[in-house]
Amino acid sequence: MSRIRVLVGTKKGAFVLTADGKRERWEVAGPHFGGWEIYHLKGSPANPDRIYASQTSGWFGQVVQRSDDGGVTWEAVGNDFPYDGVPGTHQWYDGSPHPWEFKRVWHLEPSRADPDTVYAGVEDAALFRSTDGGKSWRELSGLRGHGSGASWMPGAGGMGLHTILVDPARAERIWIAISAAGVFRSDDGGATWTPKNEGLRSEFMPDPTAEVGHCVHRIAHHPSRPEVLFMQKHWDVMRSDDAGDSWREVSGNLPTDFGFPIDVHAHEPETIYVVPITSDSLHYPPDGKLRVYRSRTGGGEWQELGRGLPERDCYVNVLRDAMAVDALDPCGVYFGTTGGQVYASPDGGDHWTAIVRDLPAVLSVEVQTLP
Amino acid sequence: MIRVVLPAPLRSLARIDGEVVLEVDGPVTQAAVLDALEARYPMLAGTTRDQRTKRRRPFIRLYACGRDLSDDAPDAPLPAAVATGAEPYLVVGAIAGG
Repeated sequence: MSRIRVLVGTKKGAFVLTADGKRERWEVAGPHFGGWEIYHLKGSPANPDRIYASQTSGWFGQVVQRSDDGGVTWEAVGNDFPYDGVPGTHQWYDGSPHPWEFKRVWHLEPSRADPDTVYAGVEDAALFRSTDGGKSWRELSGLRGHGSGASWMPGAGGMGLHTILVDPARAERIWIAISAAGVFRSDDGGATWTPKNEGLRSEFMPDPTAEVGHCVHRIAHHPSRPEVLFMQKHWDVMRSDDAGDSWREVSGNLPTDFGFPIDVHAHEPETIYVVPITSDSLHYPPDGKLRVYRSRTGGGEWQELGRGLPERDCYVNVLRDAMAVDALDPCGVYFGTTGGQVYASPDGGDHWTAIVRDLPAVLSVEVQTLP
Repeated sequence: MIRVVLPAPLRSLARIDGEVVLEVDGPVTQAAVLDALEARYPMLAGTTRDQRTKRRRPFIRLYACGRDLSDDAPDAPLPAAVATGAEPYLVVGAIAGG
């Protein structure tokens, strides 16, 4: 029977949750790296026992950890992320120029084909790649240097490159997203980049439809149909059917279209999930009721999912990297909260259970489906 | 013999229990001690000072013999009591919440 491994990054360490394919009884291992912020962990699709973790601290900086036994033991690998050339400046919150400074790794995206190749999205926003299992990192500087970098600005959580999607069919096509700059696409393995934000509208910008500057919170796609992209923006849920060349709003009947994560069902490319959050200043669910919303029409029409989720007095947030799906049938859906709960649904969102309840604030959730 | 006391998060990162004991060739300076520390424990590179500029990280403090050496020149000699091992060299995380 298949097994499920859930990798949870929190404000104070990493946890590994495991269960068999029934997804009823969970074992919790951890904390690993106790006391450190674990922004993200992700396993290699090519070798699921190879897991990378971003371990960070405001005091002690960045560490990258690597496991080759499914998260039981870990080894610190390379943590030097040098910007290519003279980094220059981006916009500060007040619009003034501010020097580019490396702060931390927000997201690690292992290659589908090679366990030693992994991308890192960092703050201040840039994309790095390692081809030696995380020992050394090199910036793909065509992104930061493509021309608009000086106009990028930090979102409330910092200027992070938080999403990396590599086309399963053609690995030279990569999408990334930055808060607050927007979506960019490379069709040549990361050498050159083009902004892909047509159709986005952001009222906090002097020109709400400008080519860059949008606070994109997350993008997702289904591996079988990579050119169809879904986006949770600062406000608005968006969809692109042309690999990001243009976007249209699919917020539909959502109670609020503010939120952070968005994800796609493992077997139904038109089934997507979001967690509506009240507003940009009220980072908790509307009416104190934690709800996932599911659309089976690729957006536009949304269904409220709440069986097993808190009905009242719930004021947690769900961060952008804190939702994931497994590959079983029926598809399991998972998300973690800033209140330390990880909720799982083994039936595509119909029923939810807290599989662990009292962790530190959850920063990220990834799921591995193991044979 | 130089004795170095690290904060708990760095001890756990380097899998160290208690003090670190190092030998330093040549003048015993903060830079020489941190060089020796990082040579012994490569995973500590970048955790107390920038890997390239060698500038102290903002929330790291460096003490010895009851003195704050954080802003001393990295190549200035450490107190003799540190050089002889009578007193430890302390790497401290700034008290900044958390």
